[in-house]
Amino acid sequence: MSLEETAYAVFLGLLFLYCVLAAGKALDPVFAFHATIGAIASAAGIFLIVRSFIDRDGRAEPEEINGKPNYNLGPVKFASIAAMFWGIAGFTVGIWIALELAYPALNLGLPWTTFGRLRPLHTSAVIFAFGGNVLLATSFYVVQRTSRARMPGLVTPWFVILGYNVFIVIAGTGYLLGVGQGKEYAEPEWYADLWLTIVWVAYLLVFLATLWKRKEPHIYVANWFYLAFIVTIAMLHLVNNAAVPVSIFGSKSYVVWSGVQDAMVQWWYGHNAVGFFLTAGFLAIMYYFVPKRANRPVYSYRLSIIHFWALIFLYIWAGPHHLHYTALPEWASTLGMVFSVMLWMPSWGGMINGLMTLSGAWDKLRTDPVLRLLVVSVAFYGMSTFEGPLMSVKAVNSLSHYTDWTIGHVHSGALGWVGYVSFGALYCLVPWVYGKRDVYSLKLVDWHFWISTLGIVLYITSMWVSGIMQGLMWRAYTELGFLQYSFVETVEAMHPYYVIRALGGILFLTGAVIMAVNLYLTIRHGEAEKPAADVALAPAE
Amino acid sequence: MDFSYEQVAAFAQQSGLLYFFLIFSAICVYALWPKNKAKFDHAAQIPLEED
Repeated sequence: MSLEETAYAVFLGLLFLYCVLAAGKALDPVFAFHATIGAIASAAGIFLIVRSFIDRDGRAEPEEINGKPNYNLGPVKFASIAAMFWGIAGFTVGIWIALELAYPALNLGLPWTTFGRLRPLHTSAVIFAFGGNVLLATSFYVVQRTSRARMPGLVTPWFVILGYNVFIVIAGTGYLLGVGQGKEYAEPEWYADLWLTIVWVAYLLVFLATLWKRKEPHIYVANWFYLAFIVTIAMLHLVNNAAVPVSIFGSKSYVVWSGVQDAMVQWWYGHNAVGFFLTAGFLAIMYYFVPKRANRPVYSYRLSIIHFWALIFLYIWAGPHHLHYTALPEWASTLGMVFSVMLWMPSWGGMINGLMTLSGAWDKLRTDPVLRLLVVSVAFYGMSTFEGPLMSVKAVNSLSHYTDWTIGHVHSGALGWVGYVSFGALYCLVPWVYGKRDVYSLKLVDWHFWISTLGIVLYITSMWVSGIMQGLMWRAYTELGFLQYSFVETVEAMHPYYVIRALGGILFLTGAVIMAVNLYLTIRHGEAEKPAADVALAPAE
Repeated sequence: MDFSYEQVAAFAQQSGLLYFFLIFSAICVYALWPKNKAKFDHAAQIPLEED
């Protein structure tokens, strides 16, 4: 066994022992359940290491085959399929809670299916499970291809992918069973956070080691965005989740921050989860997949450099705009607003760079629905990054905050930008890694595109109307100075928009199901790519 | 030595402004420097080169 395999086997063995001990001594049933999952996962990990050791029979994977890099695509395949699975699960839960808002009886009167527990399940499933697996799959693919080198490690890439998905299972089941630390987008408890930290360090090491081995002297811009995403998420995760567990055998912990500092740390984390997870990571996808699919280099590489540095230097300061008119000092609130407004420039610089990559090839939008998904995602990116700074302005925020406008804004970014760029990337990636010529059916991609787009339009327009109406009703006074509407009157007024929103979600899910079928058919029945050798055999004139 | 809140805030604000301005200028110079053009033109082709 190699040193790497032995080290992982020993580590997982120790983890197994701790999990068994923790399951036995657990102070609460959820912790016992999670320790059991941990024990099973550790044992499965050891089994997989031993089995792969026996299978490879002392042979090492070659770095190159026939002078071409022998890319490690197994983990990429797994993460692509996991992304599709979690995407459908997360969209379904989203529709469920959208319907709960319209028809509250759908919470079934059970604690596990209340809105408060299903909502973090939805957000984590779509952001971290779907988006996270898309980022893992594409980053492992892109960094290998643009470095022209196989990523190092026998176990580590698999440890990253599988370990990350175990984290998702622990986080998701914890929400349903009522365990969480109450921090938005960072709900998992201390033990899940620790596990994610270990996985994330391994991810960073695999990524850096691949760059270290690169045959290409220049590090392509997509890799800069991936690296910014990995490093910044590590920093945000560690600071925001700093907590002291009550016992190492119990799920409850207390966060070390308190009061307004906690609020500021939470939204410094929260907004940069948007900035570095949902933006920087997916911009990396844009910078690789749009040029690749359009078969043209990025419009301006120089602009991409300025875009990168301006984006990462500005985003980190924008968090306070989540806390306007709270206990936060006025200057901090203003700082957040000013930096948010300045973000317009790099955001639109990036959007222009992505869109203009198609200059001279716009006709491809008509014939290639995959490219259309990618380009429309960039258009949605431009739209939601226009709307975001607008909403961060204090006067606008006093109307929009706490209303459905925010939900509409988030979903124009999440469905339109993150969703579409991910769909476009997966439609490219799955045929590539399975050695197929293209997706099974471009016609089905076309259907996916139009059904989902209709869904997004219904979603965001209904939330604009509902949110602005809600904000205006809250601030309406009678001529005697009393509030004109009671809270429940605003809820009643929003009902039709909630139904329209749920319908939009159902259309979006329908598109995703079509996609899953299409990708399954691509893997099983897709037309194989012609080996490059065939071209070389063409008769000479 | 004691610093007042105002002193610390003024230092943070002014040095922050200077730092961001200088670093942004340096990035623009690097990105637009004519000698770097060939390097960036090659870099833009990286995804399109098959291996």
